Amino acid sequence: MPKRIIHLTVNGNPIVVRVDEHRTLLYLIREVLGLKGTKEGCGEGECGACTVLLDGLAVNSCLVLAVQAEGKELLTIEGLGTEENLHPLQKAFINEGAIQCGYCTPGMLLAAKALMDKTLNPSEEEIRRGLSGNLCRCTGYQKIVEAIQRVASEE
Amino acid sequence: MLILDLVQPDSIEDAYKTLIKRKSNTVLGGCAFLRMSSKRIGTAIDLSKLNLNFIQERDDYIETGAMATLRDIETNPVFNQYFCGVLPKSISNIIGVQFRNVATVGASVFSKYGFSDLLTALLVLDTEVELYNGGSMLLEKFLDKSYEKDILTRVLIPKKDRKAAYQSLRNSASDYPILNVAVSNINNDWLIAVGARPLRAKIARKASDVLSQETLNVEKIEYAANKAAEELSFGTNTRGTAEYRKAICKVLVKRAITEVLQCK
Repeated sequence: MPKRIIHLTVNGNPIVVRVDEHRTLLYLIREVLGLKGTKEGCGEGECGACTVLLDGLAVNSCLVLAVQAEGKELLTIEGLGTEENLHPLQKAFINEGAIQCGYCTPGMLLAAKALMDKTLNPSEEEIRRGLSGNLCRCTGYQKIVEAIQRVASEE
Repeated sequence: MLILDLVQPDSIEDAYKTLIKRKSNTVLGGCAFLRMSSKRIGTAIDLSKLNLNFIQERDDYIETGAMATLRDIETNPVFNQYFCGVLPKSISNIIGVQFRNVATVGASVFSKYGFSDLLTALLVLDTEVELYNGGSMLLEKFLDKSYEKDILTRVLIPKKDRKAAYQSLRNSASDYPILNVAVSNINNDWLIAVGARPLRAKIARKASDVLSQETLNVEKIEYAANKAAEELSFGTNTRGTAEYRKAICKVLVKRAITEVLQCK
């Protein structure tokens, strides 16, 4: 299988990496870069567990080829905050009880970040629309929406 | 999907040459269905270096490049301003934001998917498509043509003052539509399109003519809705039976006509 060298910025760090041309960005993130925070759920673009930000846009990393990330800025959950300095969305998810099994959480957080980067004070409907590509089988979504609303109101 | 080789051509000419070189060579589009097929692709052609991701308002039409995403359409001020915002509305229920950031206009149109929300809405806006080899033609004609290898480069929508509306029925908000309907009107020239039948979208000509020739009242609207359901064919799949779709068609057409009449 042909390989290609690509250049991209991952969580603020420029990297050069060699990847099979047919591999997805999700594969690059998890299996080549070892960033296991991004989850694979359905693998078909339906569930949003693999959501990352590519040049600030939320994308299903299972549907983007790794080579299409050439020259772009990639943000995964590992780059959102640190253990010592959590992102406000991460703090709110914890405080509002918006996490249960946690599998959807990285995707939810990044979808929420993409929304809030564009819409400072989103309405409940805007939040629900912004998260409509992320499935959660535990929380029933209400706590997640409340966590985002809390961050919006604080900002 | 198995991809043996991938190219990112710098020109549309090179992309087309690669496409026609072998039967298994395929244009990737937005890769939205990358993982939902067992297709074996010889050389996958990624068009992302061809600067086709644009939406531009010209004097007489709105020009959309093949690599513009569905999300680009959804958030573009021009499309929200024209045609009562029918295009952003038609695609706003397709899975989620991240999926719409990936799926492209070109692939959605060229693939002629029966379940497409976008095709149904585009059909009532006198849309033209531009193919690299096949030239320009009305979308309606393109949808009737048999498949030929080609590359769709642009979608052109005349900047007429068409009032338009879109209606769909889904099992859940982000699911495929069971049926979708778009209706538009300009100077009493009506167009009714029905998609996800589950066959691909088609204009209901006789029903459109009924609306265009008559002075509208509740009975005429009802008559046109029934006519649309009669003249088009419907099929059965896991989402609904032909009979159910036919019944739903009448309701959605009626709602869409009413919405167009209320659109300012």
